[in-house]
Amino acid sequence: MLNIFKLAARNLRRYLRRTLLTVLLIVLGVTLVILFSGLSGSFKSMMIGIITDSNLGHLQLHRKGYVASIDTLPLNFNLKPAEYAQLREKLDTDPQIAGYAPRIKVGAMLSNFMETTSVRITAIDPDKELVVSPALPDRIKSKAWNKARHLLGPGEILVPMKIANALSIKEDDAIVLVATNRDGSVNGLTFKVVGLVEDVAGPQGKDGFIHLQDARTLLRIDGEEVSEVAVRVKDFSRLEKVRKHLAAGIADVKNPGGKPLFELHSWAELTPFATIAKMIDLLTVTMKIIMIGIVLISILNVMLMSVYERVREIGTIAAIGTSPMRIMGLFLAEGLFLGLIGATIGIVIGVGGIALLNLFKVQFTFAQMNLVLAPTIQVSEILTVSATVLFMAVAATLQPAWKASRMEPVDALRHV
Amino acid sequence: MVVIYKPRLARNAAICLTKEGNVALIEIRDVSKVYALGEVSQQALKDISLSIDKGAFVSIVGPSGSGKTTLLNLLGCLDKPTSGEVFINGTRTDQLNRRDAARFRGDHLGFIFQSFNLIPVLTVFENVEYPLQMIKDEPQSIRRPKVLAMLEAVGMAEHVRKLPDQLSGGQRQRVAIARALVASPKLVLADEPTASLDHVTAHNIITLMRGMRDTYGTTFVFSTHDPRIVGEAETRIALEDGQIEGTTQEEAVSC
Ligand SMILES: Nc1ncnc2c1ncn2[C@@H]1O[C@H](COP(=O)(O)OP(=O)(O)O)[C@@H](O)[C@H]1O
Ligand SMILES: [Mg+2]
Repeated sequence: MLNIFKLAARNLRRYLRRTLLTVLLIVLGVTLVILFSGLSGSFKSMMIGIITDSNLGHLQLHRKGYVASIDTLPLNFNLKPAEYAQLREKLDTDPQIAGYAPRIKVGAMLSNFMETTSVRITAIDPDKELVVSPALPDRIKSKAWNKARHLLGPGEILVPMKIANALSIKEDDAIVLVATNRDGSVNGLTFKVVGLVEDVAGPQGKDGFIHLQDARTLLRIDGEEVSEVAVRVKDFSRLEKVRKHLAAGIADVKNPGGKPLFELHSWAELTPFATIAKMIDLLTVTMKIIMIGIVLISILNVMLMSVYERVREIGTIAAIGTSPMRIMGLFLAEGLFLGLIGATIGIVIGVGGIALLNLFKVQFTFAQMNLVLAPTIQVSEILTVSATVLFMAVAATLQPAWKASRMEPVDALRHV
Repeated sequence: MVVIYKPRLARNAAICLTKEGNVALIEIRDVSKVYALGEVSQQALKDISLSIDKGAFVSIVGPSGSGKTTLLNLLGCLDKPTSGEVFINGTRTDQLNRRDAARFRGDHLGFIFQSFNLIPVLTVFENVEYPLQMIKDEPQSIRRPKVLAMLEAVGMAEHVRKLPDQLSGGQRQRVAIARALVASPKLVLADEPTASLDHVTAHNIITLMRGMRDTYGTTFVFSTHDPRIVGEAETRIALEDGQIEGTTQEEAVSC
């Protein structure tokens, strides 16, 4: 075997320029794939992280039909205390669930006593919310907040940044929220502004936050009534499993009409970013197909040339008794070498590029958020790329190598 | 020493010229070779029968197009006759398949080519080592002394590290002779081995080949159309239009 590789290596060196050009192409393909999947993969997981960790959660539970009419934040779709208790029982006993946060969502009018605007409010239980939305504090701009380890207390409000700017609302200002109750009556409550929240991509990205207790007072709700329950799982990679398990658990809870009472959505069903994430995946696959194409075509081309140029040499070694299999092996080794060198250099450059990007902390803005590019690449991804390149290199060499092994020595020797 | 069947009056009859009791290394019977060239066909060999003893030093002479290469290709299991039988070392070789023919060549035959045909990326040593390494799969400890001895025998021991393109034509052919002989073949076939060399070098190469025959007892059959080289062979088979026109030899016995 070693001698085959020695011969292959020497022949590659013999046509050095051509070999380098082919290797360069493979390097280009591999580097692109590594860089792109590193960038897109980490961009995707960063975005998913921001979206899920700052308010969406991994899973959300509502009364059936709530999500379909979420734009109006309908109070009549709230879960009654008894129904919420049923949900809690399921959630408390599921070992895969890290925590859950009850919320009441309501559309309200916000006034600073001079101007009034409409605002979407999410009422939260601060302790539970921090488990489900650990990144929510990052979005809050407040001088006082960072020191006190809580989101907000009763009587306090986090105002969306845009509304605060439009109405010149600052921290410590007093504002009034006015909301229509389920029975049609109107109620108002005064709040102290304890911080401003940045927007985040997603359906609940522009909400203000108040305490769950205040929402119940404002809306004159008795007991533990909630609009939604956001759930965080322990292991995000097992989300689909957990979702299925939970879905099965709540499926048997029926309303008086015999229909399922609850509905369960995963984050991907609730945010348009899921489509972007799918597009990114598609792009990554496209890049890989392009790389495979580059490897196939460049190696096939160079190996065909190699066989054609060495017809007489092939005739000679065949004439003196080299077996057809050995001749095939000689050329396969050359193709494999090309793939190996290309993949190795490509991976080194690609991984080096990723390391450089991490070193220089490239900043960019996406959906009004300032993000730092921190691409990562999994070892398994690198292994897959290498294996693909090597496999394609051998596959591309098969035909030329076969051709070489099938040459008739007499014809090959006559070739000039 | 050498045995030749010569066509007599009847087409398939043959004259047997062999030492009694000798087993022929090469024996071909009524061999014809027809090349099909589209509509027309070219008969390159016509009912040739001959046998050659072990240890012979034979030249095939004849003008260009007389069928020398065709005959050598048949002897070398590189091509198959249109009709007739070829026996080498007791094996019927005209019926071997690709793989078995390749193995037979590797095991029993050596080849020397007009344009040397050394592998350009391998050194002198590695070129001679090639048959042992890549065809016979012999271990390095066995290969090395054989290669060195053979390079010594052809006078190329000082050039082991050189690449073929650093050598003169005569030197390359010496390396090629070493490569042909290193695996101890029964028969070495050489198609116009001196055609690319000047006269003095050509003479030296033929002398070397003959010396190798004397040392190792290997049978040599080579073709040439150079009248100055013809005299070097002990036996000459003269081809003309695909037929044996005559033979001359130093010593032949009729049977
Ligand atoms: N592959 C081939 N196809 C067709 N005709 C061939 C082929 N090889 C040889 N011939 C013809 O067969 C005859 C003998 O050729 P060859 O054996 O090469 O003669 P020599 O080696 O003595 O010059 C010539 O007429 C040649 O044209
Ligand atoms: Mg010829």
